[in-house]
Amino acid sequence: MKKIINEPADVVVEALRGLGLAHADLLRVGFDPEVVVRVDAPRPGKVAVVSGGGSGHEPLHGGFVGRGMLDAACPGAVFTSPTPDQIQAAVSQVDGGAGVLLLVKNYTGDILNFETAAELLAAEGVDVRTVVIDDDVAVQDSLYTAGRRGVGGTVLVEKIVGAAAEEGAGLDVCERLARVVVANTRSMGMALTAPTVPHVGDPSFTLGADEMEVGIGIHGEPGRRREPLADATGIVAGLLDPILSDLPFTVEDRILLFTNSMGGTPLLELYLAHGIAEEALARKGIRVERKLVGPYVTSLEMQGMSLTLLRLDDELVRLWDAPVHTPALRWGA
Amino acid sequence: MPCDAKSVAAAVLSAADTITAHRDELVRLDQAVGDGDHGENLNRGFGFVRAALEKSIPDTPGAVLKLVATTLIAKVGGAAGPLYGTAFLRAATALGDASELTADLLVAALRAALSGVVARGKAEPGDKTMVDALTPAADATGTTIADILTAAAAAAQAGADSTVPLVARKGRASYLGERSAGHLDPGARSTALLLNAFAKAANT
Repeated sequence: MKKIINEPADVVVEALRGLGLAHADLLRVGFDPEVVVRVDAPRPGKVAVVSGGGSGHEPLHGGFVGRGMLDAACPGAVFTSPTPDQIQAAVSQVDGGAGVLLLVKNYTGDILNFETAAELLAAEGVDVRTVVIDDDVAVQDSLYTAGRRGVGGTVLVEKIVGAAAEEGAGLDVCERLARVVVANTRSMGMALTAPTVPHVGDPSFTLGADEMEVGIGIHGEPGRRREPLADATGIVAGLLDPILSDLPFTVEDRILLFTNSMGGTPLLELYLAHGIAEEALARKGIRVERKLVGPYVTSLEMQGMSLTLLRLDDELVRLWDAPVHTPALRWGA
Repeated sequence: MPCDAKSVAAAVLSAADTITAHRDELVRLDQAVGDGDHGENLNRGFGFVRAALEKSIPDTPGAVLKLVATTLIAKVGGAAGPLYGTAFLRAATALGDASELTADLLVAALRAALSGVVARGKAEPGDKTMVDALTPAADATGTTIADILTAAAAAAQAGADSTVPLVARKGRASYLGERSAGHLDPGARSTALLLNAFAKAANT
């Protein structure tokens, strides 16, 4: 393993220290327990939007703390959900009295820890709601799995709900909106290489030079199947087809197309893939009205990509376009 | 020999040592079907448990287990933190404020631990989870604490071994579908390791 780290056990804390120093104008970082909090929190009368999850997916979630997006993020150990005391600490620092919305990616650990925190917060009298994000079409949503994973769609939910909360929308509206975005978002990812978790020291799985892993999540867990390596056109088609047929997306749908790098795929390849995806969608009569391209929901240094499609309406477009100022997303502010 | 808070704390400390010794094995098992954090997270959590017990040992066996529970819930994260935390919390509740652990209390604690894990994680036997190890362990009987724990540990390991051919239906391994078959479930294995450490402590 070659990484720019000191002790593997200190990776998250040292990275958070750096995040806090780099973006002291936007956020403050707390330790023991670890939380990332918007610098001007709590904002009285504003719904607090809080998310969190394992580290290793940067800029998710800490990089999305700031105006128009998250009020707080709870970073767990690498690929490990945060603990209830982190979530409680984050909420206590951002609760402006208008309620708290927890945005949780659908993983067993995240659900258990956020559920425990939500129970404790409710017992303290905090009006807390939880919306679970589960946009990954690679997983069959059935009684026989833990359900679909929360992946790329998370950043879209956080942006849109964050914009609504910034405008002063109430907790009911924010919660409903989060559910609408989740219901209209679908993602699928693939990998060319595996990530190496710092405290493990070697790659999470091994792939031959001529193989790719399709239907991967964002934790280095193997995907649904291993396939012979395809070219970019083949890879994009392999991601788009199951997404399109799942919702399903149809002719005349207005969509946001999010082309995401898993961390190790450079922008050169990502824009190449994005172009193929956008043109393929145009040929199907689907209107790509908003785009996002970059490494936003990553899996350490894994090479690979995911595509996320969100079906838009006027309201969602307006909230997507609303000003945002965070370390990782910034426009209009 | 009476089994007081000090004996229970000693058993927990030896379980912590066992987790440290098997950290890498649990990481490997979890890498095969999950994200490879199980050994690291449990080792980290039991490291905090060790530090807490070395500072001071609570007055009763139940209080010792409650300290284990709250530490794991606060420090581990992931699925293992809340699940093992709940198991120890329910076991602690079953022991109440008894000053000594008895065979009857132990049986009750094992059953309480199982029902807590099932309630939190919603897994059933056959889902390829720690429930596959804990369910047969909770059926263990015997006249002494050592007998019960020895039987529970053996049953847990047999239960863990039975997860190898299973297709996971809960937790991160379930994302793999059929590809999860052929691997030992890391949570079932760690359950067997913990019970085996408790049994060893009870037999010395």
